[in-house]
Amino acid sequence: MDYTIKIGGEAGQGTQTIGETLTKVIARSGYHLFSHQDYESRVRGGHNFYQIRVSDSPVMASKQKVDIIAALDKETITRHLSELSETGRLIYDSESLKEQFKGERLTDIPFARLATENGGSRIMENMVAAGAVIGLAGLDMGILLKTVEEAFGGKGEDTVKLNIMAVKAGHEYAVRSCPSCNYSIAPATKPNMLVNGTEALALGAIASGLKFYAAYPMTPSTGIMNYIAGKAADFGVIVEQAEDEIAAINMAIGGSFGGVRSMTGTSGGGFALMAEGISLAAMTETPVVIALGQRPGPATGLPTRTEQGDLQFAVSAGHGEFPRLVFAPGSPEQAFLLINKAFDLAERYQIPAIVMFDQYLGDSQWTYPGFNTRELVFNDYRIRGARFAGMKEYARHIYADYGVSPLAVPGDAQHVVVTDSDEHNEKGHLIEDADTRIGMTGKRLFKKLPLLRKEIEPPMYYGGNNPKIVITGWGSSYGLMKEAVDILSAKHDIAMLHFSEIYPLPLTEQFNYMNILNNAEQSICFEQNATGQFARLLKSETGFAFKHILHRFDGRPYLIEEFTGVLNALIG
Amino acid sequence: MPSLDDYRGETPAWCPGCGNFSILKTFKETVLELGLDPHQFTIVSGIGQAAKFPHYLKCNTFNGLHGRTLPVATALKLVNSGQLVIAVAGDGDCYGEGGNHLLHAMRRNVNIKLFVHDNRIYGLTKGQASPTTGNAAHPKNLPFGVLSESLNPAALAVAMDCSFVARAYAADMPHLKETMKAAILHKGFSLVDIFQPCVTFNKLNSYEWYKQRVYHIEPDYDPEDRVGAFRKALEPEDRLPLGIIYKNNRPVFEDGIPVIAEKTLVRQDQAPDMGKIEKLLSEFY
Repeated sequence: MDYTIKIGGEAGQGTQTIGETLTKVIARSGYHLFSHQDYESRVRGGHNFYQIRVSDSPVMASKQKVDIIAALDKETITRHLSELSETGRLIYDSESLKEQFKGERLTDIPFARLATENGGSRIMENMVAAGAVIGLAGLDMGILLKTVEEAFGGKGEDTVKLNIMAVKAGHEYAVRSCPSCNYSIAPATKPNMLVNGTEALALGAIASGLKFYAAYPMTPSTGIMNYIAGKAADFGVIVEQAEDEIAAINMAIGGSFGGVRSMTGTSGGGFALMAEGISLAAMTETPVVIALGQRPGPATGLPTRTEQGDLQFAVSAGHGEFPRLVFAPGSPEQAFLLINKAFDLAERYQIPAIVMFDQYLGDSQWTYPGFNTRELVFNDYRIRGARFAGMKEYARHIYADYGVSPLAVPGDAQHVVVTDSDEHNEKGHLIEDADTRIGMTGKRLFKKLPLLRKEIEPPMYYGGNNPKIVITGWGSSYGLMKEAVDILSAKHDIAMLHFSEIYPLPLTEQFNYMNILNNAEQSICFEQNATGQFARLLKSETGFAFKHILHRFDGRPYLIEEFTGVLNALIG
Repeated sequence: MPSLDDYRGETPAWCPGCGNFSILKTFKETVLELGLDPHQFTIVSGIGQAAKFPHYLKCNTFNGLHGRTLPVATALKLVNSGQLVIAVAGDGDCYGEGGNHLLHAMRRNVNIKLFVHDNRIYGLTKGQASPTTGNAAHPKNLPFGVLSESLNPAALAVAMDCSFVARAYAADMPHLKETMKAAILHKGFSLVDIFQPCVTFNKLNSYEWYKQRVYHIEPDYDPEDRVGAFRKALEPEDRLPLGIIYKNNRPVFEDGIPVIAEKTLVRQDQAPDMGKIEKLLSEFY
């Protein structure tokens, strides 16, 4: 069982509500799914879609062929009808679109009339469509009704009743119009967890003991702030919308200096404004975690679309030389665990840690039996309360043997905590002399860096031994590459390397990934950018040059068939 | 009880005769008289001559970036709301580079104190115009003179309904001390704009210049009358009123955060409650 649903419409027509309702029903029914979204930078009009792939086993990328299309606007039909599979079905409302479309696979359902006939408003046409899709897909109506009840429960009984009538009307109409349609044939099992990348990052931060989050809204990172804000009262987190990204990172640094785990989140443009703050965190050795949601640049670029264009920037942002961490999870589960690791290492080594994602990972929903919380770590590395008071003396930047000076909470003891963005001495006071400068650079940079490198996990390897073809990628391309390897390995000797802990680059002692690359006849680096930034990073650090670099920089993710197509063309 | 000696810091690198010396001395006396130990307050500063201030006494110190004192101070106060947090900045630091932060700090009204050493010039970079440099000045980097109107911090603050707005003068130390104390004891964001002669780069706004112009605000003045305060802040430059120009009892930002109603954030359990995390994850089914 493996079928795809696509909901298309203008912004403001509620395609996202349909998508969110359907994905919930599918996951709750025990099926697996992968969804991705495509939307424009506008509140009304334009053309948006929400695509959901449903299966009885885990899936992690979208397909080109679609089996059910719900069209709320004309553009969905003109643009996406060609994607419909031979046994697929497109539903639309000729009364609303004021046009009849001919074709065996097209079914006319009066969404708007069914919504208003039952006493609802025209806007509920999206719930009629949701009911119709559930009917065509053969999904459980009981779960749908429960989901609708939950979604509209806060808006009063009448709203719930009207929406339930709307989904029921859509469901009945669709079942009657296509009795043979039933895509959900595999027996459903127990409910799956449904989560997108943005939620996973926010969840991971809360599960890491986050106490302070400051940010300025910017797509695609805003969802992190929104989610944390919704849980702030329950989890004792202060969330503040800063006046700009400069303030946001300086606030996160202030919160961290004050003694609690602090974080900010932004996109490329906001991250550019934060560059000086990243350097400040490094100099004052104040731990800070930054979620960087990439979108196509330069400048404002394509605000609601996806790109992996900020890797070189992330590894070098901020003036001066200092250690940092750059992670790029490939799935919501990796996002959940890697942001936890980022918090731990940022605090342990008192450095800035950057966790990169993009619109594609941020908005994509994945299903899991559950997240493994036993893999989470929490160590409070700060010196607090009685432990601080018990110290005979304290100097914030003391030359510690292993390079990391104790980080104490100001005010917790009689000792003062002093730090400076100027080069400083052990006590934190500004200095001019060469010896202290050399000593502090040694402590801050040279002693920490080798320790940090040992913490970095090798890339994920997937495929048989001694592959002839190795495809390499980082961040959000994980699922797509893995699905492609599964398909292509039927004909090719192919494997993949996926980097999620990117910088510093993983050591090769534990797993010699460089051997795999060097021994491959064809090494391919796939990146969602124009110049191959990871390939350049790997070359600058190791000298290795990929045979092929596969780019995409139109702001859209690859669908599986497209991706295997370009790979096939490349490897012959 | 601490003694003045307990606040001894590094040796200042300011020019002899700098107005900063009397501000430093007065500040030490202020915290001493308030009975604050060095570890019981934090000074956040930026970059500039004024920003070196916390190094020259003993206290918790975050000497950060140029213009960025207020975001750091804001967050520090929010996570450790029991502690006194003072931001020390210069006029270029706070009114120029950090202008946006000042607007929003006044809006937020977090209970932090902002002491601006306002010398109407850039000292550290040697004599360029600052936002408070008057039109009569001839800084070397502006070949055609100071064409922009100078910023009036007190008037701006009154317009922003800033919770506490005062002016003081570095050379009038008893009055400065009284003003610093009132600012620290006021509940709300407090701005003290301190006139500070720069003997090296600002020959115009000298000790003599200030002496001819400053006066103490009349005892019957009502600092809670916002319109009157605006008038006071806008008095022409030939008379410079010193004292509390405006104050109000706006609720402070942190009192609106239920999360810290009982315990400051830094005193709460820092480890995540895994039972609650599991429950949170269960919402995703």
